[in-house]
Amino acid sequence: MNQLFIPKKPISRKLEVGAGVIVSGAVLAAWCLLTYGGVVQSNFLPRPDEVLRAFGVVLADGSLLKHTGVSLTEIYLGFFLSSIIAVPLGLFMGSFRIVAAAVEPLVNFMRYLPVTALIPLLILWIGIGIEEKIAVIFLGTFFQQIVLCADVSGQVSDDLYNVSYTLGANQRQVITRVMLPATLPGVFDTLRVTMGWAWTFLVVAELVAASSGLGYMILQAMRGLHPATIFVGIFTIGFLGLMTDLAFKWAKRMLLPWTATP
Amino acid sequence: MGRVSVDKVTLRFVSARVGTVVALENLSLEVPDKQFAVIVGPSGCGKSSLLYLIAGLNQVSGGQCSLDGTPVSGPGADRGMVFQSYSLFPWLTVQKNVEFGLSLRGMDAQERNERARHYISAVGLNGFEDAYSNQLSGGMQQRVAIARSLANDPEVLLMDEPFGALDSQTRSIMQELLVSIWEKEQKTVLFVTHDIDEALFLGDVVYVMSARPGAIIDRVEVALDRPRHYDVVTSQHFIDMKKGIMANLHHEVQRSMTMN
Ligand SMILES: Nc1ncnc2c1ncn2[C@@H]1O[C@H](COP(=O)(O)OP(=O)(O)OP(=O)(O)O)[C@@H](O)[C@H]1O
Ligand SMILES: [Mg+2]
Repeated sequence: MNQLFIPKKPISRKLEVGAGVIVSGAVLAAWCLLTYGGVVQSNFLPRPDEVLRAFGVVLADGSLLKHTGVSLTEIYLGFFLSSIIAVPLGLFMGSFRIVAAAVEPLVNFMRYLPVTALIPLLILWIGIGIEEKIAVIFLGTFFQQIVLCADVSGQVSDDLYNVSYTLGANQRQVITRVMLPATLPGVFDTLRVTMGWAWTFLVVAELVAASSGLGYMILQAMRGLHPATIFVGIFTIGFLGLMTDLAFKWAKRMLLPWTATP
Repeated sequence: MGRVSVDKVTLRFVSARVGTVVALENLSLEVPDKQFAVIVGPSGCGKSSLLYLIAGLNQVSGGQCSLDGTPVSGPGADRGMVFQSYSLFPWLTVQKNVEFGLSLRGMDAQERNERARHYISAVGLNGFEDAYSNQLSGGMQQRVAIARSLANDPEVLLMDEPFGALDSQTRSIMQELLVSIWEKEQKTVLFVTHDIDEALFLGDVVYVMSARPGAIIDRVEVALDRPRHYDVVTSQHFIDMKKGIMANLHHEVQRSMTMN
């Protein structure tokens, strides 16, 4: 038992999988117990079989795929647009004082402003279509990504730059051959974390005002008093989040093999 | 060629918190081509600062550093440096680390590969070409750093306590390795250390620095035959030189303690 609580000590693969299965299984068992055991009403907490049936219905009528498609399009577009600007800007902000001096005041003002507070304004400006969702995700992730990436590039050790200068690197090479690869693992982690936040912003935006998307589907289900369909929406979002996270982890292992523990 | 001149160099750090720190004052030394020069001095006396100035990684406040008569105005591949923190590029394999300087210059892949392999084998790391730095011990990482500097063929090799973090057995193996490579390569070396044994074992000449502000207070010619065997450290001549340097250093360390 003591062996398990030594900080950072690896555990066997069997134990690793087992621990995950036990905890997830316990949650599932508790759900079954509460519903089939008649502890709570099914219009309050739906039974697993009701959720499965609701899943079959929204899958068959195509609405689940449609809403999922809309949400994924919104999140990936917003996230992509934000990342391609915020990552380079953040890296430069963390390494070049002049960039920091120029953008830091604005970034710090914006980053403590909850993007949810901007939703009414955005609806007023661009309506409740996909553009508004993209704008919400963009504004929600952009400033956070800048700050996180600035931290990442500020932490690159001076000696790496110094050694590359003494090996003959010019200023451009120091950026492309040292700063970029040195910050890549941190940028990856930043993307992974902010992607999780982007899901939150998306669902909030869809709950406030939308005509499609998973958040909208959940809201409609609430209005129609279909708790089982609400659960289908929640599970779908959770599942997509999990898949995205796994994809990030997998891509990091493939693209950045040196970050694996030896 | 690789003649290093440091001429009346002064270095001041100005910071808001501690005011002005004079790290080096009026320091001069002359290292002829292919000499192995060692600098010893108390902690904080400005040894690293001096190497950074010669490397061009920092600017003098007064005086001048030059290489073969040309004033140093910035860093360049003619002055390679090995740092105490091994500072390998973690995203590159051993092979690619050693090739780094060569690929910056656009050397073709084939030639680069051969040169890197030559130096990897010179530091005894055959078979580790594809390893990443987080798979290597400290001593191995420092050997890669040395190979990386040498492969780039600098005129001068600046070494800032490269073996300072290694255990004493590994350190003496690294010293012998370095000397054997240096005897083949015939480069000018400026080597900084705390360790007087290391200084005398490696150097043709040992400079002793004063406590801050750093200046040269003694210059010892090491008249020991090469190749040197490790048991020279027990010879009378070695011990006499060591005593002289220790007396000087002891005084300076005391001075630096009372100063801070
Ligand atoms: N960036 C800096 N700003 C202010 N003071 C500095 C800076 N870098 C070094 N110094 C000061 O200059 C002096 C010389 O520092 P340096 O690192 O060259 O000493 P050193 O001889 O290499 O010491 P050590 O043996 O501990 O490595 C020290 O007193 C240090 O506090
Ligand atoms: Mg130092």
